[in-house]
Amino acid sequence: MDDGRFRREISLTVNGTPRTATVEERYSLADFLRHVLGLTGTHLGCEHGVCGACTVLVNGDAVRGCLMLAVQAEGSEVTTIEGLAAPDGTLSPLQQAFMDNHGLQCGFCTPGILTTLTAFLRDNPNATEPEVREALSGNICRCTGYDTIVRAAMSVVRGGAA
Amino acid sequence: MKPAPFRYHRAQSAQEAAGLLAEKENARLLAGGQSLMPMMNMRYVAVDHLIDLNPAADMVGISLKGGRATIGAMTRQRAILEHSCLAAGAPVIAEALRQVGHVQTRNRGTIGGSLSHLDPAAELPGMMALLDAEVTLTRKDGTRTVAMADFPAGYMTPCTEPDEVLSSVAFDLWPAGHGWDFREFARRHGDFAIVGVGSLVNLDGSGKIDRAALVLIGVGDGPRRLPEVEKMLTGEAPTAALFAEAADLAGAGGMAEDALVSETYRRHLARVLVRRSLDNAAQRARGGNNG
Repeated sequence: MDDGRFRREISLTVNGTPRTATVEERYSLADFLRHVLGLTGTHLGCEHGVCGACTVLVNGDAVRGCLMLAVQAEGSEVTTIEGLAAPDGTLSPLQQAFMDNHGLQCGFCTPGILTTLTAFLRDNPNATEPEVREALSGNICRCTGYDTIVRAAMSVVRGGAA
Repeated sequence: MKPAPFRYHRAQSAQEAAGLLAEKENARLLAGGQSLMPMMNMRYVAVDHLIDLNPAADMVGISLKGGRATIGAMTRQRAILEHSCLAAGAPVIAEALRQVGHVQTRNRGTIGGSLSHLDPAAELPGMMALLDAEVTLTRKDGTRTVAMADFPAGYMTPCTEPDEVLSSVAFDLWPAGHGWDFREFARRHGDFAIVGVGSLVNLDGSGKIDRAALVLIGVGDGPRRLPEVEKMLTGEAPTAALFAEAADLAGAGGMAEDALVSETYRRHLARVLVRRSLDNAAQRARGGNNG
């Protein structure tokens, strides 16, 4: 294809499933997930790394999906919001806590917040409330005022399982 | 929103990256991408060739030998923050890194990327200036070393030649038991500082300051060491009066002014932060607060 755009084949694992696809080299990981794989649960807000809506896990670490190229995820294990619940649809304890505590309103920022907190609570299962608030500092939510999000996260900490 | 088309290259080593940089027209190095990618997404920057340093394993790692720390340019900010030996030898770095972006950006952002981007308010260039670090620049056929003091050539512009790759940074550790402090004032946690201050203080057997280092960030084109304040502190007993005097002197230089922050306000912040920072560093040197 010579349309002035440069493409490359990449292989990676997304939510446990091996995927191989051809992608434009300039595509962000978030655009690749949404437009090539159809995983539209990853949301794009600012597209310059400020809002945190596009946060996904790459090899377990929370990263900005808009600031990493898809070609850089070659060989990686990527987890998106679609990969947090069990295959039968049972919500993860954190997702359930968001439902129970009204941790979302419009839901636009929620995928990024859930991926961020999934990694954070895995690494810090006994986190304090100030630590949870600091962990959330890279994710902007304009509906909830954060209190219900923090409450949901703390209920998982107290419940003992993330 | 996405970057203009470019050709993507993977560099397996610093030298390979330098070779590509020398060979390709309008090429840029991609480190952690936490500053370059936004600029490319918004098309402030358009490149024909993007050379990805992330596969370059020789540019990653932290080593501490003979009282000297060497950090590979592609070492992630999070790895530096969580390195316990470095935290013991140069605790001021971790204190500053907690203010660098957020966990998501520290998971990708690198020390070499931050030094090369050279934002005047960035914490890591300030820390490397504070520690009298030296950066190693790699070309296809060799390397050279530049003192951090000489590294900035101007606003957001390092002195690297077009075919050079910043491959590592190294600095001598301060004596065990030295005091340290980093603090900044930003509008939001993780934002760039309006003004930030780093300080290191070492006390002799009689409790007097025998060595001091101070740096301001956010006040000018790059990190600003304060040699005249450091000289004034040396040989003195660490008292509140001394630190008030030091703060006045630290605020005496010209400060940057922008649409939101006046020079007067920056000067005020610099004075207050320097006084508090020295106070805490001295307290830690006395063993009063190791937290």
